[in-house]
Amino acid sequence: MGQTLSEKIISEHCGRQVKPGDLVIADVDAAMVQDGTGPLSVKELEKAGLVQAVHPERTVLFLDHASPSPRSELSNAHNILRSFAARTGVIVSEIGEGVCHQRMVEEFARPGDLLVGADSHTVTSGALGAFATGMGSSDVGFAIALGKVWLRVPETFKIELTGFFKPGVFAKDLMLSVIGHIGADGATYKAMEFLGPVAHTLPMHERFVLSNMAVEAGAKAGLFAADNVTKAYLEDAGRGEDFTALAPDDDAVYEKTFSFDLGEIEPTVSFPHTVDNTRKVGEARGIKIDQAFIGTCSNGRLEDLRIAAEIVKGKKVASGVRFLIVPASRKVYLEAMREGLMETFIEAGGVIQPPGCGPCVGIHQGVLGDGEVCISAQNRNFKGRMGNPEGSIYLASPATVAASALTGKITDPREFL
Amino acid sequence: MKGKVFKFGDDISTDHITPGRYFHLRGDMAKLAEHTLEDADPSFAKKVQPGDFVVGGRNFGLGSSREHAPRVIKECKVSAVLARSFARIFYRNSINVGLPVLECDTDGIDAGDELEGNLAQGVIRNLTKGEEINFTPIPEFMRGLLADGGLAAHIKKHGGFKL
Repeated sequence: MGQTLSEKIISEHCGRQVKPGDLVIADVDAAMVQDGTGPLSVKELEKAGLVQAVHPERTVLFLDHASPSPRSELSNAHNILRSFAARTGVIVSEIGEGVCHQRMVEEFARPGDLLVGADSHTVTSGALGAFATGMGSSDVGFAIALGKVWLRVPETFKIELTGFFKPGVFAKDLMLSVIGHIGADGATYKAMEFLGPVAHTLPMHERFVLSNMAVEAGAKAGLFAADNVTKAYLEDAGRGEDFTALAPDDDAVYEKTFSFDLGEIEPTVSFPHTVDNTRKVGEARGIKIDQAFIGTCSNGRLEDLRIAAEIVKGKKVASGVRFLIVPASRKVYLEAMREGLMETFIEAGGVIQPPGCGPCVGIHQGVLGDGEVCISAQNRNFKGRMGNPEGSIYLASPATVAASALTGKITDPREFL
Repeated sequence: MKGKVFKFGDDISTDHITPGRYFHLRGDMAKLAEHTLEDADPSFAKKVQPGDFVVGGRNFGLGSSREHAPRVIKECKVSAVLARSFARIFYRNSINVGLPVLECDTDGIDAGDELEGNLAQGVIRNLTKGEEINFTPIPEFMRGLLADGGLAAHIKKHGGFKL
């Protein structure tokens, strides 16, 4: 029987042909924790007397959620991770280096990898053809220490993409539409694989958005085949040797197939407080905003900043609106500086914050006031997400966020193209 | 286990269970637990008694991978979480920290109902309604993890994973 991408990768990592439902112990290639989840991993390993890492060169501790630290407790949490790294030789990704998932795809994740992370958006690396999945502190801690993890092989949903985006429409709009269609629990436990000839034409930054948000439909992983686009991305990053071609078998068995015509997708907005509460941007038009935010592991990449800068260039952000820009990594920040994008944002009235998770996790740098509304390019709009349960978050593409920042109301980006 | 029901709706996220604004308390589980489920019911942590049950609707625990979410519920000495369905990572984390999570039809369970359960016998009774609640069995390997006392205890006991 043919295998899906997920089944192939898991088979490769446990030494036998697996099928959905099988329970396996698999080898882990790369593992990561962040400053919110990592200290608990360290504590569990210390309790078990297992302060060790099997693959220190591919184990990364990210200081990105509270970065720079706004409180002494969090500075101490950072030091727990630095100390663990000093003892085991694993890598620390320091303050200002960027969001874990962006750095994982820039430097560590490879096609065919089995990758685990103590952060739900670990699924982002699936865009490179890795089986990447989020777990808790204990699971990832023991994966670091033992180099292994237990897994149940998931069934696979095929997400078949046809057609081409119209101007002003992006992968974020597509993924919000997909989640709106299948529901926030519609793919619970399943692997989502984005396939079909159009998937092969999607550039990497768009693939990252789709894989990143697979977890918002409940999925365990969100994968693309590793193809020529993947190869070019890795070569550009000076990592050509990390490329391996990877495709599902022609006779792979999918539990369900969903088809989406990109040409029919419109700019889409998720209303508070669930990601699957999606509507076309026209239905959100005119909703007054207090904050507009572009950044995060979902949409803080160079291409996102380019489209936003194009929209705000030579214009001013609406009076009373905070327009926050957080490049996803140091690399993104530097490239955006070189291209003059940061100047464009600052001249328009934007505020640039250091690479990291920024306001998305509700800890610092953009916490909402009571009754305030934010339009954000992040991936989640749960109640309280931006630090205040009395605030409301609408999710949209960076283009929609930038257009809305200019008008002070949720706005169709096509008005500015 | 025996206790009263705290009833919640669908889509209770990890942000409801342990809000990001208490991120700095993650190193102190007792303090973090004072805010358990605060954004779904601000008085929950003050009212919950040892043995009580948390009952949700669909997709309980969606969102973040933070293991702190089931840990604070356990810290409140909740017997078990019952829901129509669970998000994947929350479910796995719960087993890893030794918090029973039971998938069942929760529509007929109301706030304040008294439940009694015996996991080994695979049964939960609603004493208030005089009904028996059937739940989807926890997968065998996970039942073993729960019996061992969670993932860390399992690893210690077996020197690694034992399927």
